[in-house]
Amino acid sequence: MTDRELQLKSVRLRKKTLEAIYEAGAGHTGGGLSCLDILNVLYNRILNVSPKNFSNPNRDRYVQSKGHSVEALYAVLADRGFFPEAELKTIGHYKSHFVGHPTRHTPGIEMNTGALGHGLSICVGMALAGKMDNAPYRVFTLLGDGELAEGSNWEAAMAAGHYDLDNLTAIIDHNTLQISGRTRDVCSNEPLDEKWRAFGWAVKVVNGHNFAELTAVLSQPAEKGKPTCAIANTVKGKGVSFMEDVAKWHHGVPSEAELKQALNELDAAETKLQEVV
Amino acid sequence: MSGPAPSIFTPAAKALAEKLGLKMGRANLDEFAATLLDLAKVNHSIVAVTSDSRGSGKLGPFGIALPKQLIEVGIAEQNLVGITAGLAACGKKSFGVSPACFLTARSLEQIKNDVCYSDVPATLVGISAGVSYGALGTTHHSLHDLAVLRAIHNISIVVPADNVESRAAIRAAAESNKPIYVRFGKAAMFNLHPSETKFEIGRAITLRDGNDVAFIATGETVVHAFLAAAQLAERGLKCRVISMHTIKPLDTDTVLRAGRECRAVITVEEHSVRGGLGESCAAALIQAGVSVPFRIVGIPDEDTVTGAQADIFRHYGISMEGLSDVAVKLLK
Repeated sequence: MTDRELQLKSVRLRKKTLEAIYEAGAGHTGGGLSCLDILNVLYNRILNVSPKNFSNPNRDRYVQSKGHSVEALYAVLADRGFFPEAELKTIGHYKSHFVGHPTRHTPGIEMNTGALGHGLSICVGMALAGKMDNAPYRVFTLLGDGELAEGSNWEAAMAAGHYDLDNLTAIIDHNTLQISGRTRDVCSNEPLDEKWRAFGWAVKVVNGHNFAELTAVLSQPAEKGKPTCAIANTVKGKGVSFMEDVAKWHHGVPSEAELKQALNELDAAETKLQEVV
Repeated sequence: MSGPAPSIFTPAAKALAEKLGLKMGRANLDEFAATLLDLAKVNHSIVAVTSDSRGSGKLGPFGIALPKQLIEVGIAEQNLVGITAGLAACGKKSFGVSPACFLTARSLEQIKNDVCYSDVPATLVGISAGVSYGALGTTHHSLHDLAVLRAIHNISIVVPADNVESRAAIRAAAESNKPIYVRFGKAAMFNLHPSETKFEIGRAITLRDGNDVAFIATGETVVHAFLAAAQLAERGLKCRVISMHTIKPLDTDTVLRAGRECRAVITVEEHSVRGGLGESCAAALIQAGVSVPFRIVGIPDEDTVTGAQADIFRHYGISMEGLSDVAVKLLK
């Protein structure tokens, strides 16, 4: 899939994400849009997972530690054929397995997440299992930058460095915003790169909306014998002008008019992409 | 501390145990570690995860014999549980081993979400549980673990009474594909069962039959109930003794039978009287419409008395003498 095809897919998946949140009347909009390009690259270029091989023990593992951005993940999984897109209409419904955070009842999801600071430890366990078995799979997790205030992340980071887990990649959705504002104002966690490096990780900083950069950093471990930390600089609410870089869209649900405007903007972006030869 | 810890048994209790032919075994914790090592030598998918706790978990020999099957995470219990869950999700039969006090409090959210909610075949082993750490104080006691885990869906809670139950519980856990919590103390225990005793998670074992008083006890308290029953027999009272090694799922049938057939029921646990075995049995009885004189013996909801495990047990009547006394009073 070319970069442009991925770009087009991202625009369409952004629309699906917004429609799903609008339909459900709840959801995490800003962070979903900020990590969507990362998910798109992971599922369409990096992870060797598909509906057919999902029970293969050698499949790559992806655990979404920032579980709240689940609508974007649902949109990507539906696009990859894990379940019919129409099922997204049941998000949040009575007895639907499409819950507001990932669960294993949904095809394509490895672990139940949603409480922050859990995914990295789980992935350390998965990566250790892979090392023990000399298995070829790689393990990926996606963390929010606000999430990094959870101390358990640093327990896991220390262990991953200690065990030289080069089959593990942590991606930070570095959109610099959390529910109550700028992460640096809430409780500053910068400089992130130095922190991860000090814990024994190979660190790469990339543009989290650039497909070539994401592909390059996620395609292979950055350094033999070290876990990889990909700090992906992103924009919360990416792709919709009035949502971009605005904290209140963390879990803001668009009104009908806002959804219409957002979809119009994304339609325009899609048209523009299609015009490029 | 100078000198040996005070004995958990009074001279009279010890004499009665000897008269009954009870043989002193080792600590359930030692039995756990030896069993896990035996199993892991054959089943290489078994992995022990420790949080600087291999010494207190008696897993030193395991680490030497099977270094590739032991993961040390340092003093980081949340990480221990997350890693244990991740290992289990990738085909390992993982055992997260850490002091019960830290394991079930500090990492409760990891137990709830990463293990139980995600439904991975991980076993969590709470070592030196209850007041095993005695004089180290409340920070090191786990008097809440049964209560909090009872309220979490999808985890079995097992509290073995002796070496036989400990061995069987670990074997059962190794074969299970569901989350299990097993809790061990570190005091040497009398063996109550013949080694071939049938053990099934969720199925209580009746050690002694009788219809005057039923003692429903769990873990390291069972032996005290057993001795109390023997002492009461000398006074002409026939007491039933049930080792309720599984707190969840509770063997409700056995509890109800005890409530219907006996003149009184006494539960005994090395745990807060809030939310553990006693309240679990009470709920079962009352919801089935069984009304019977009933007492919960455990650690009361107060600042726990200080001292060794033996002191604490004696203080709160978790002893042959204390339990006999409760039984006699309850029958009056």
